[in-house]
Amino acid sequence: MEALLFNVSGGFLEGIVRGYKAGLLTQNQYNNLTQCETIEDFRTQLSATDYGNFLANEPLPISTSTISDKATQLLVDQFNYLRSNAVEPLSKFLEYMTYAYMIDNVILIITGTLHGRNTNELLQRCHPLGIFDTMPALCVATNVEELYHTVLVETPLAPYFRDSVTAADLDDLNIEIIRNTLYKAYLEDFDAFCQSLGGPTAEIMHRILAFEADRRAINITINSFGTQLSKEQRAKLFPTIGRLFPEGNNALARADDIEQVRQACEPVAEYRAFFDSSGPGAGRVNGGAGGGSESTANLLGDLGVSDEFGGGAADLEDRFFVHEVHLNKLAFLQQFQYAVFYSYIKLKEQEIRSLTWIAECIAQNARDRIHDFIPTF
Amino acid sequence: YTYGLPTFVTVVIALYLAQLTCSGEAFNVGQFLEETSPYAWAATGIGLCIGLSVLGAGWGIFMTGASILGGGVRAPRIRTKNLISIIFCEVVAIYGLIIGIVYSARMSFVSPNLIYTRENYFTGYALFWGGLTMGVCNLLCGVSVGIAGSTAALADAADPNLFVKILIVEVFGSIMGLFGLIVGLLMISQASEFTAAVAPAVVSPFVR
Repeated sequence: MEALLFNVSGGFLEGIVRGYKAGLLTQNQYNNLTQCETIEDFRTQLSATDYGNFLANEPLPISTSTISDKATQLLVDQFNYLRSNAVEPLSKFLEYMTYAYMIDNVILIITGTLHGRNTNELLQRCHPLGIFDTMPALCVATNVEELYHTVLVETPLAPYFRDSVTAADLDDLNIEIIRNTLYKAYLEDFDAFCQSLGGPTAEIMHRILAFEADRRAINITINSFGTQLSKEQRAKLFPTIGRLFPEGNNALARADDIEQVRQACEPVAEYRAFFDSSGPGAGRVNGGAGGGSESTANLLGDLGVSDEFGGGAADLEDRFFVHEVHLNKLAFLQQFQYAVFYSYIKLKEQEIRSLTWIAECIAQNARDRIHDFIPTF
Repeated sequence: YTYGLPTFVTVVIALYLAQLTCSGEAFNVGQFLEETSPYAWAATGIGLCIGLSVLGAGWGIFMTGASILGGGVRAPRIRTKNLISIIFCEVVAIYGLIIGIVYSARMSFVSPNLIYTRENYFTGYALFWGGLTMGVCNLLCGVSVGIAGSTAALADAADPNLFVKILIVEVFGSIMGLFGLIVGLLMISQASEFTAAVAPAVVSPFVR
């Protein structure tokens, strides 16, 4: 039934986003990129793809962070084009997608402001997709009370703050706990919105968001081994929309080592496979995450580039990424639904991470690890 | 609201219409059927035929058109080839037009007191139900070709080999409109045009 009226407002944009998806790098192009000797070659190879001459005006030598920034800028331009042409309910859907980046930006600004950092520097480090109009207002606050009230009034994230975080919590420097509380509220809200849309959008988005929820639950559990995070606190951070809810979540809350995490994931076949043959990595996961960090600042780490050299934890992370890419590719098999927009942005981000990895390996001449990226097609 | 209200309103109006034709509060369907002019049935049938056909064709065209526009941004080569899908949808409207013309040829002028003959009743009903059949067939055909055409455009943008294969699906979809056309013509094959009632035979005064 959704096919009858979807094209009235979403037909053009669906065509556009599928066109964007056709421009994602294929295995062939990735192979060509891995064979590049220098960043110059890399740039030339990329100019033959949909990236075009995005690095044309950069002076040599080009740093990998420039490549990453420019590629992200391309993604942001595409996203803004989609957003400016969208009407309800697609515009609301796209807005929900930006909230994830907004949460990161708001946490960044709150931490920076409380430590007295420069406003401009903070604003520059924010992710472009998560920028909202009243963001600079957050930098003006001088103490925690003010910050909390500014956040409640000025940001689109107000409902997530209102329900779960109090002013006293903001003072407590457990910023990662706040980040995860906000993200949990966001995931559940997004899932509820998708369910209200109904049809294939609800189905596909629920699958993707449930995996995201389970992934965060597993990561929170593993990263909290050996830290001061109590089990009750840990349990409060798990989202409720995942496939591991409720028994798996309860088991994860009680887990003390990787073996119990594996048992908690037994009921779900796909997750069981993540822990298979990651035996040698398991020991390093514990040591890497717990050693030396007395605060929970490392709760999730940066789920991106910085995890490459992390060893066993990276193994599990890689499998999560592979499964996420698989779920996002599945979204393109159905027409007349909104999940293609979400999946495209995620796949593009994954591609940018892979590009940055390859560029890093070329720049640092670590050619033996150059194939450790995750290809999309 | 979406389903309950229109159904309720339709039922109330239908009951009122049936009632208005008779005196007082009697609900007499037979009298309603006998008293409604065959012109009413015939004209409604033709209106439904062309109206629903055009609705189906338009629906299909906007669905396919939006996807061609979206897909054509990155893959401009699909623009011309996919006009075939639009033509399939358009053909549905032409079927409705043909039937409209054929049916309206059966509507000739007869004065009101001579219109109520058995043949004319039949023609009236045949034109109404033939038109409705035709209209609904074409509506569903247009929608089906539209959805298939939209998918064909996006598939063609992704991989040019797919277009011809999906076109076959569209051809089968548009055959349904053709079926409607055939059945619509068959339904009125026995219906003669409106003819005036012949006065009962009067015996010649010279016959004893």
